[in-house]
Amino acid sequence: MTLAAIIRPEAADTEAGSEEPADTRTTAQAGAGSGQVMPAPKSRQSIASMLPRLRDAAIAGLALLLGVVFWQIATERDLQYIVNFSNVPGPLEVYEAFLANITDPVFHTHLLVSVKRVALSFALATAVGVPVGLLMGRLRLFRAMAMPYVEILRPIPAVAWIPLAILMWPTEESSIVYITFLGAVFPIVLNAMHGAEQTPEVLVRAVRSLGGSGLSIFWHVVLPAALPSIAAGLAIGMGVAWFSLLAGEIISGQYGIGYFTWDAYSMVRTPDIVVGMLMIGLLGSLSTNLVHRAMRPLLRWREKAR
Amino acid sequence: MNVATTHTLFRQHGTPRRSTEEGRIDIEDVSVVFGSGPAAHTAVERTSLAIPPGEFVCLLGPSGCGKSSLLNAIAGHVRPTTGAVRVDGVAVTGPGSDRGMVFQQYSLLPWKTIRENVALGPRLAGKSRGEADATAGTFLNIVGLSLYANRYPAELSGGMQQRVGIARALANYPSVLLMDEPFGALDAQTRLVMQENLLAIWKEFGTTVVFVTHDVDEAIFLADRVLVMSAAPGRVISDIRVPLPRPRRPEMATEPGFVETKRQCLAVIREQSLRAFENQER
Repeated sequence: MTLAAIIRPEAADTEAGSEEPADTRTTAQAGAGSGQVMPAPKSRQSIASMLPRLRDAAIAGLALLLGVVFWQIATERDLQYIVNFSNVPGPLEVYEAFLANITDPVFHTHLLVSVKRVALSFALATAVGVPVGLLMGRLRLFRAMAMPYVEILRPIPAVAWIPLAILMWPTEESSIVYITFLGAVFPIVLNAMHGAEQTPEVLVRAVRSLGGSGLSIFWHVVLPAALPSIAAGLAIGMGVAWFSLLAGEIISGQYGIGYFTWDAYSMVRTPDIVVGMLMIGLLGSLSTNLVHRAMRPLLRWREKAR
Repeated sequence: MNVATTHTLFRQHGTPRRSTEEGRIDIEDVSVVFGSGPAAHTAVERTSLAIPPGEFVCLLGPSGCGKSSLLNAIAGHVRPTTGAVRVDGVAVTGPGSDRGMVFQQYSLLPWKTIRENVALGPRLAGKSRGEADATAGTFLNIVGLSLYANRYPAELSGGMQQRVGIARALANYPSVLLMDEPFGALDAQTRLVMQENLLAIWKEFGTTVVFVTHDVDEAIFLADRVLVMSAAPGRVISDIRVPLPRPRRPEMATEPGFVETKRQCLAVIREQSLRAFENQER
């Protein structure tokens, strides 16, 4: 064995029968010139991986089409088997109502107001829920104090909060935001807590031995270790935020997609009920998707793990 | 890279070699007891040791003999139940960057790149990002992993990860390097290379090293002094000086000095195991 091999053991690793996969080494060396590791060329891989995804999309579209066809037939024939379809608007009526609404500025306001409420409530729930959850996961005393509140308050549905929320908060708007916040905050707290609990102790020790303590342990170890779990909590929290918001909007307010839906029922504009429902579904799924996308760059390191 | 360029690297980066005055470890009457009452388990019992600056010491013993507990007491991760640990006369009250630690495995932060892992110590010490990255670059160079600076730990093999672990501990210029079976999870060939690599680095740094292992050959190959520990209760039962010159070479494993030291270690361990057996039968 040469001295060079002692100081620079890659050479020796090769002698000793290559301990790391060959492709790792070649890509790393290819990138060495620029001092950056270049990603492998992606084009061929993406074409191959596009095909199954396209097929999945086609199947999803077909399944939706099947549902709409059934819906059309059921409403056309006034199907009455357990469920009564005679008062349900058909897909074509709903489509027409949708077209009418989508150009109506009032409808835009309904959507915008709801989106704003969810965004505000969700931001507050994240700002409160993540730190509280992390602290609960790491500090025994804090957890013992906070856990009874979480356990008792969490199962209370948003609708049950409405009377008290109206009495507690100065404006209708703030009580709706409060109810929405409550819906989102519990899944965020609990997931952040479970994530923090799973912090590997050896990593905490390692960072302590590097001179870290208190806040730096939280920032460099606990938070990133909990991040996958936090991401899951945020996605669930976003979903719950939407149906808590709807509960709040149905009772009070003069704008919002929940109010729109309930108002359509009171005024017997049945196609609008379905338009409202579908918009809620669409917004809920879009915003959850947005949460996933926003978290993805922070979790990129996990893709590297085999 | 060869030893000469390693020298240059060191010179460029000030004086990584500690003064011969730094890195003295005094273990004074240290016991480590886990739990209390009837469930209490004495991991380390009333141990006193003095390790002079710059010495390479191996703690050798079977698993569960308390050698890791003793190491963790020096590191400050475990508080001694009695006695105290002093490094350069200062009592250890908790972990600190003056005592670098290398763990058995999986101790790199998986969400940080290799460079970020190595730069973390300097960053925590308040260095600017540029300065910390430069230090990380130096030490990655020393362990031969510059090409992997932008990779994540999961992309590296076990041996490479441990080299990063060593670079990370050294980036704080510690006076003491504590190593808890760092090569235990590696295959035999990789381990041999890692041992030589470690000795080459140690020669440049002159840090005091306390190295925990259960491998007799590894202990003798690396150490100036092998401290053999007994299990239950953990105690240093033999203090054996290794008569081999440096630099150590793998061929030395067949030399009379090596063989004699190994015989001594094995005799102590065997005596200890027999006693443990008798105790179990009684």
